[in-house]
Amino acid sequence: MDFNLTEDRRMLQDSLTRYLGDKYPVDHRNKVAYALPCHDPAKWEELAELGALFALAPEDAGGFGGTGFDIMVVFEALGRALNPEPMLGAAMASRLLTKVGADQEGLLSGAVKYAVAVGEVEAPYELDQIACTATAKGDGHVLSGRKSSVYGGQAADVILVAAMLDGKPALFQVQASDAQIAGYPMMDGGGAAEVLLDDTPATLLLADAAEALTDALNAGALALCAEAVGAMEVTHATTLDYLRTRKQFGVPIGKFQVLQHRAVDMLTEIEQSRSITIKAAAELDGPDASRFVSMAKNLIGRAARLVAEEAIQMHGGIAMTWEYPISHYAKRLVMLDAQLGDTDYHLSRVMAGLRAA
Amino acid sequence: MDLSFSPEEIAFRDEVRTYLAENLPKRISDAVRNGTEQTKEMAEEWHAILNRKGWLATTWGVEFGGPGWTPVQKHIFEEECCRAYAPRIVPFGLNMLGPVLQAFGTKEQQDTILPRILDGTDWWCQGYSEPGAGSDLASLKTRAVRDGDHYVINGQKTWTTLGQHANKIFCLCRTDPEAKQQEGISFILVDLDTPGIEMRPIKLIEGGHEVNEVFFTDVRVPVSNLVGEENKGWTIAKFLLTHERTGIAGVGFSMQSLEEVKALARKVRRGGRPLIEDPLFAARIARAEIDLEAMKITNLRMLFKAQQQGAPGPETSILKIKGTVIHQELKDLARRALGPVAAPFPGSMTDGNIMFGPEGTSNNAARYFNNRKTSIFGGSNEIQRNILTKTMLEL
Repeated sequence: MDFNLTEDRRMLQDSLTRYLGDKYPVDHRNKVAYALPCHDPAKWEELAELGALFALAPEDAGGFGGTGFDIMVVFEALGRALNPEPMLGAAMASRLLTKVGADQEGLLSGAVKYAVAVGEVEAPYELDQIACTATAKGDGHVLSGRKSSVYGGQAADVILVAAMLDGKPALFQVQASDAQIAGYPMMDGGGAAEVLLDDTPATLLLADAAEALTDALNAGALALCAEAVGAMEVTHATTLDYLRTRKQFGVPIGKFQVLQHRAVDMLTEIEQSRSITIKAAAELDGPDASRFVSMAKNLIGRAARLVAEEAIQMHGGIAMTWEYPISHYAKRLVMLDAQLGDTDYHLSRVMAGLRAA
Repeated sequence: MDLSFSPEEIAFRDEVRTYLAENLPKRISDAVRNGTEQTKEMAEEWHAILNRKGWLATTWGVEFGGPGWTPVQKHIFEEECCRAYAPRIVPFGLNMLGPVLQAFGTKEQQDTILPRILDGTDWWCQGYSEPGAGSDLASLKTRAVRDGDHYVINGQKTWTTLGQHANKIFCLCRTDPEAKQQEGISFILVDLDTPGIEMRPIKLIEGGHEVNEVFFTDVRVPVSNLVGEENKGWTIAKFLLTHERTGIAGVGFSMQSLEEVKALARKVRRGGRPLIEDPLFAARIARAEIDLEAMKITNLRMLFKAQQQGAPGPETSILKIKGTVIHQELKDLARRALGPVAAPFPGSMTDGNIMFGPEGTSNNAARYFNNRKTSIFGGSNEIQRNILTKTMLEL
């Protein structure tokens, strides 16, 4: 048993945290996060140079990481800085490209930006209800349908698309320039896109892709959990600072027990969130990955909303302003629940396990 | 990062598991599983079995007869004991007074008292809380006045767990009423057969007899029964609280309870299907299971930290708060799973042929009510929040 990070991962965490703190502070983040392309291309390159992308793939795929713990370290650092770069798509795409044995040098170096398109308007999370279809045409395939909430899709060069082929979800690669992409900034910053496919040419990567897609969705959900842990810790620390300095009735409001105990409850839920994220990271490549990732995403959905709402409430009016960073952290913490399966969706996956056992 | 136990720890776990399978009498584990009140004889029998193996005083130094386990080994042992439905080790002598004497006692106290704890000659109980001193323990009023070679004790202690089985009690008494609250308290050992002591049972919410109140009227105790220095008892009280913290999360007990709830929800049928297929009920089980899964890791993280730093830190209060809440939720589910069938007062159905609910569940309501205690005792969850506010949040 060892809960320390390895030396390599700690160095990566340190350098990412330092870089993001110095070069990508929240006020800069807010300048880029809410308008297309919803990220900073120059800083994307710098992040790649620091190894943030290489950490997402195993050595035999050209990276230097690729485990659940690597994903955890990278995304926790991104979460602390509330970073809007399209890393989620890269993390999920890397899992898929590793599974199919495809070259991913472009992805890992940051030269080619990837997004992964699984969800649809009426089936945002479910793999078994995909309506988008693939048809053989000439040497390749064409895809038709609408992919929804494609994170990073507004900035992507390549989109990995799940579409039905012979009754099974299959994995295709689509050049973004071949599809109709409607990008948009999100309420909590960062970008996504609706991807409209209409006989769009696509390269088949994997015909029976349910397992690979499940794995990529698990990795993505884990990344979101780690991101939330980072963002929750900053939100909590900022709230504590405020409780120490804000005076009302002649005393710092942190002297009021009604706020103290709620601040403790935030801490408790954050520690629980970190624990379940560590567990999910440890199990990501194991047989029960879906179960533990779902546990993590459910718990974090609950905890992140609590931390966000309590942070706003305990700050009072200041946290309602655009200018104060906590408002942006709170938005991210609330909205990430709806990405790649919300608390109810993941709870139902854990419940399904109860019946089966 | 590595969440797994080392090969040595796994070998240890297997050794414990095998030992429990071979040595824990089924009669006793059945009683624990069914939640029937555990008798004094049962506890003493189990203590004696563990003592023969050298596994009874898990918190003691090797020189005093402890097994010399790491915190992880202690954790593994506790988890395996829960898994096997072994009775809880009665902590007052073994896990509270024992470590106190090893840290603060005289050589003579150690030599005479510790062996009697190990072999079961003495059953100790705790005289801490008073009617007017609960969460604010330092405001305790029980007086010990020096009179030659004796202290004369007057006052009242309460919530004395299993005092009805005990022949000894360790008490916090005020020896200097002029000093600041925490500075005038002493830690004194008392024979319960000393004249002037009266123990009265307190009937608890569910009807059980688990705790007592103890009255002291001019009780004369030799000065040699003082542990540590006079007026320095608060230091010992605080030391003891940190020792109460091993296993404070109660993860093993919650795992037991979770398995019970799942088994029950599969057996009980509601509306033509097993209760576990009712999405509302299943959702509550799943949420508790998720919280418990996180708790297991939180517990291990703090164990790991304690092992690295040599002592558990203040963050263990998190384990107390969340661990008790999870356990109480599971006890609530075990009660709710039975629906109206949880209502008959335990033992009230005299016709043994009429069964209410699956076997071993007749006291699920009683157990739910009894377990409301866990967020109150050992420093209420509100006190734990105060501790965390000071130590972790620095507010």
